[in-house]
Amino acid sequence: MMENLLTYIPLDIALIAENFDRFLYGVWVTLNLTFLSLLLGGLLSIPMAIARASKHRVLNPLVQGYTYVFRGTPLLVQTYLIYYGVGQFEVIRESFLWDPILSSAWWCALIAFTLNTAAYTTELLRGAIADTPTGEVEAAIATGHSYRSRLRRIILPSAFRRAIPAYSNEVIFMLHGSVIASTITLQDILGVGRWLNGRYYLAYEGFITAALLYFLIVLCITWAFRGFERRYLRHLTRRDTAAQPATSPLQTPEKV
Amino acid sequence: MNLLLEYQSQLIDGTIMTIKLALTSLVIALIFGLLGAWAKLSANRLARRLAGAYTTIVRGVPDLVLILLVFFGGQVTLNNIGAITGLWGYVEISQFAAGAGTIGVIFGAYFTETFRGAIMAIPRGQIEAGISCGMRKSLIFRHIIWPQMVRFALPGFTNNWLVQLKTTALVSVIGLQDLVYNAFTAGRSTGQLFTFMAAAFVIYLLLTGVSDLLLRSVERHYNRGVVRA
Repeated sequence: MMENLLTYIPLDIALIAENFDRFLYGVWVTLNLTFLSLLLGGLLSIPMAIARASKHRVLNPLVQGYTYVFRGTPLLVQTYLIYYGVGQFEVIRESFLWDPILSSAWWCALIAFTLNTAAYTTELLRGAIADTPTGEVEAAIATGHSYRSRLRRIILPSAFRRAIPAYSNEVIFMLHGSVIASTITLQDILGVGRWLNGRYYLAYEGFITAALLYFLIVLCITWAFRGFERRYLRHLTRRDTAAQPATSPLQTPEKV
Repeated sequence: MNLLLEYQSQLIDGTIMTIKLALTSLVIALIFGLLGAWAKLSANRLARRLAGAYTTIVRGVPDLVLILLVFFGGQVTLNNIGAITGLWGYVEISQFAAGAGTIGVIFGAYFTETFRGAIMAIPRGQIEAGISCGMRKSLIFRHIIWPQMVRFALPGFTNNWLVQLKTTALVSVIGLQDLVYNAFTAGRSTGQLFTFMAAAFVIYLLLTGVSDLLLRSVERHYNRGVVRA
């Protein structure tokens, strides 16, 4: 019975090993897309979070509308809208943007992912800024800091630190979201897995290899953020008891 | 706009399918979430370990990878087991079953954390006070545990549900005729992909917006009597 069962587990390890260089290239594509969009989205989110937190009369509702729309719709639909949708308009197909950028799956994925993560990160940072202890701001005002220098020296550095635990969840969500690249023809990790399964008519190998690779990447990200938290949130850990994680490890991104 | 009206039945059918899929997977997720929270808080070490492995694996592997693995791999596995044991003949996993099942199990892990936190947030002294007043177990649950557990779990529930609703869009990749799939095919056949994807975009926004509003009013109901700082 047991032997019988084993022969029915048809994982072709040799085939995976043979195509492992393709998977490594997939890892490169996935990491590239994920971290580039996190970087660009993060840069975009800083001014937007400041506009939100300072309750700017014009910018705040604009940014709020943007984050509401991008956090209320699936990333898949956003990506399709950009990759498949934009080509409907002749104006765009004939413009200078079409040839190198909007007709390329890689650029479209990058744009969609960036806009998506910028929306989530904006709200996350806005929350961190709003949580600044009032006393810190009052002390800054009392010592004659202008609004700009308050922001630069007091509010933002402490808000960035406080945002680290929630941001680690956003990073992992973005990595999970990056599999959508494989639905618009890109050869990311899942794209290679799907290619392998399609080419050799397999049911498991490609997906299981992809699952393991993603799992490894998530482990590395978790490990890295644990290091960041230990370094940058040292002043917030309780000294009397064992250090506790600031948030639960499994949280969906907050929609405010 | 006229084109959208022409294809409105496809869009409506897709929307209904998306809602059905989201609600089915929500029921599965709630069951797994309660079981997971119970296992994580139990005194049994094996149960705690299993629940820990469950939430770690779900956090580590993207949803679409699991959906594809269950849809393509699960079918082969089921048929192989059937062939060995002779218990069943050829079976097919439908796109709906694969999608609802996988998304349900994935979000069960998120609900595990939500419920665990909510139960832990109830001060132990309140339950002890109930016992010392001579309240029966059912009365303690009804008057002390339940109203507070719902209050503590609701914000997490709202977030999980919104993310889950959006995640169901991925099931279009395995060919379930949900909102994304129908909008995409309609857009492709008319050459107006932007129009139809934009329609799907707006419908998703309506779905999440309405659920957000509804759940917030429920939250207000369960938070009445709580003093906010």
